[in-house]
Amino acid sequence: MLLYLIKRLVSLGCSLVAASLVIFLVIEVAPGDPAQFMLGVNAEPETVAALKSELGLDVPKWTRYFNWISGMLVGDFGTSYTYRTPVIEMILDRLAVSLPLAGYALLLSTLIAFPAGVIAASRHGRLGDAAVMVATQFGIAIPNFWFAMILVLIFAVNLPFFSAGGFVGWDKGFWAGVHSLTLPAIALALPQAAILARVMRSSLLEILNQDFMRTARAKGLSQRQTLWRHGLRNALIPVLTIIGLQFSFLIAGGIIIEQVFFLPGLGRLVFQAISSRDLIVVEAVVMLLVFVVIVVNFLVDLAYAIADPRLRHRT
Amino acid sequence: MALLSLDRLSLSIHRKTILHGISLNIAGGEIHALTGESGSGKSLTALAIMRLLPIGSKTQGHAVLNGIDVLTQTEAQMLAIRGREVGMIFQEPMTALNPVKTIGSQVQETVQIHTGATASEAARRADDVLARVGLPSDKFPRSRYPHQLSGGQRQRVVIAIAIALRPKLLIADEPTTALDVTTQALILKLLRNLVEEQGMGMLMITHDLAVVAEMAQHISVIRDGEIVEQAATPALFSGTRHHYTQALFEASRHRVNLPAPPAPRSLLTLRNVCCDYSLTRSHLFKSKDTFRALHQVTFDISLGERLGLVGESGCGKSTLARAILGLKQIQAGEILLDGDPVYADKRPNLAVCRRMQVVFQDPFSSFNPRHRVGRLITEPFHGQPYSPSGSERRAIVSEALLAVGLAASDADKFIHEFSGGQRQRIAIARAIITRPDLILFDEAVSALDVSVRAKILDVIAELCRSYGLTYLFISHDLGVVRSVTDRVMIMREGRIVEYGETESVFRNPSHPYTRTLIASAPVLPSMTASGY
Repeated sequence: MLLYLIKRLVSLGCSLVAASLVIFLVIEVAPGDPAQFMLGVNAEPETVAALKSELGLDVPKWTRYFNWISGMLVGDFGTSYTYRTPVIEMILDRLAVSLPLAGYALLLSTLIAFPAGVIAASRHGRLGDAAVMVATQFGIAIPNFWFAMILVLIFAVNLPFFSAGGFVGWDKGFWAGVHSLTLPAIALALPQAAILARVMRSSLLEILNQDFMRTARAKGLSQRQTLWRHGLRNALIPVLTIIGLQFSFLIAGGIIIEQVFFLPGLGRLVFQAISSRDLIVVEAVVMLLVFVVIVVNFLVDLAYAIADPRLRHRT
Repeated sequence: MALLSLDRLSLSIHRKTILHGISLNIAGGEIHALTGESGSGKSLTALAIMRLLPIGSKTQGHAVLNGIDVLTQTEAQMLAIRGREVGMIFQEPMTALNPVKTIGSQVQETVQIHTGATASEAARRADDVLARVGLPSDKFPRSRYPHQLSGGQRQRVVIAIAIALRPKLLIADEPTTALDVTTQALILKLLRNLVEEQGMGMLMITHDLAVVAEMAQHISVIRDGEIVEQAATPALFSGTRHHYTQALFEASRHRVNLPAPPAPRSLLTLRNVCCDYSLTRSHLFKSKDTFRALHQVTFDISLGERLGLVGESGCGKSTLARAILGLKQIQAGEILLDGDPVYADKRPNLAVCRRMQVVFQDPFSSFNPRHRVGRLITEPFHGQPYSPSGSERRAIVSEALLAVGLAASDADKFIHEFSGGQRQRIAIARAIITRPDLILFDEAVSALDVSVRAKILDVIAELCRSYGLTYLFISHDLGVVRSVTDRVMIMREGRIVEYGETESVFRNPSHPYTRTLIASAPVLPSMTASGY
């Protein structure tokens, strides 16, 4: 088990270094000089050169890479070219919205998907199964921004339960924050829940046909007990994979939902930074997303090992 | 009074009748064997008693267990009967246990759901039962997971689950079919002892007549859902029999006539072959350990010779096959076909490899389902310098299909249109079509029913006459190897422990391991022996 952990950690570190190199190089070769862009096309060459040295863009590439990496290690992501504020502050502000939103959406999607998947699998080929399959087909087919607008129309415009958009901020209290994230979280969660429910269903169906499920029945367990005691944990592995992928997506993939609900999230920050050539912000956010994806993968690997003893022993 | 009494038990699944009025009686302390070929309805009879039939099943008749007709019980009543009154053991020990639960907890569960015992009390009883089936807790901690045990040990856990509450009836569905002969002998002995000591009745389902002869007091022979013959074992083995039973017996003891091999001329030579597998690292800073699968293997195959290779699972049989075919690099020694190495310059030597062909065990997974038979069996030509086409190709395909007893028109069919035995014929056609110098049969008849197996062995013998085949026949089945080989090698833990003329090895085994193997294999009593 320990060896398994160490192996995963080493691969986590290697992935991070590789990713940082790729991100840095891609942004390096991308066209457009940020200093030129900030000062406009008519700026004097001397002014551009002065700004370049102020932004630290006049040193060689590799020095810049190492400055960037070593800065990040101590929490210094540099200063935004356009806003002239530390990038770390901008990111933390946005993360305070995006992270809870992603977590909230994932929680909802899991809470919907698990029961739906179990119901469908245990009533395979019957009404409950068909109902779940139809519902998830809708869930996958409906674009989430359209669904978001319908939610706003019903629950914010026609019924006074939620506000149509914006984020009140966590300083107004935890529940106020949760309240203002509820509609966006639902809009994000439903399509994910539909996918997850289908994975859960097919994974369980596969397990239900396994020999050991028959052994469990022969012991005298009822169908339901067999499913809960022997089926669920075995069916979890593919589901964990999907949950990991979904969380990574939700962190920044909610950009359209953020636009619909006018939320100050990470997705919008990247979008704005790209349009204004604020490359240092783009670099930082992309690096952060890579970090999240890799850490989530690590956690999923750990969850595999907990769910399946064969992985633990294989190291 | 009988413990279990099936009275005209019939079963239909989605209106298709599967069982036609099965009747049999089992008393306490008695072993009753239900035997027949695959698809005859053996397992479904067992599942009908357990009431674990697939959806869409309808039963008729009676299945009275200890005075209660299980067919009329509600599902809730059945929950109390399964595991407590009837225990069941399954064929495949590798998959019959939940991989994510410890063996202790899986046995304990049976006790807990039926007796309401506390967890610690149930754990103690589980411990006793596991010790009873030969897994003492000091050697096999209850915190082990199934993947940490061998097949035989897993089957013991399955047995422990089934007998934990001392059920009155034990149903064993092919309990030893997936096990090695020596393990099989131990498990059969365990089952026999349990039946004797606990006075259980046992319904034993098996296709293996030799196992039946050793175990059962009564035998029912089933064909197409109908019992064709039912008798006490000694009577069945000595007296007159139904023609189907007769056919089964003959197929089980089928011997083929091989033509005499030509004068020896060396074809394949192995000298001191060693082969390693690398294991996963046990410690971060250690170099990878290797497992030596083959130790100093040395032998020859002459042109026209039929050599057998016998050994238990994990002994290195398949590794040897892969090494000969050039699919795996060897670490020491040499493998030469007609003087040329099968593996050279860190890659298979294709010029040599294309002179060999192989027939695998599983006729269901060794074909691409999207290709027609004609294309499947001509596949070996891809590696050949000359590949026939047009009418010449068709002629070759027809000849190969006819040689294995199929029709030339079968070339246009897809593989799913064929039964298991026919598929194995196609696999043989594929192997002989390029007239290779050497063929490897890797457990090629192990997945087949006895009657089908007998026919396939005949096909091989016929090909020996018409094509003069040279082959290495790998099998765990001693009887089959004895029938189709001239010489035989016995392999154990990667070493050849005995090597000689087949008949003399079987008659006078010199190595103790060979003697154990031969003694462990159940033997069908001679047909004419009246004193069984």
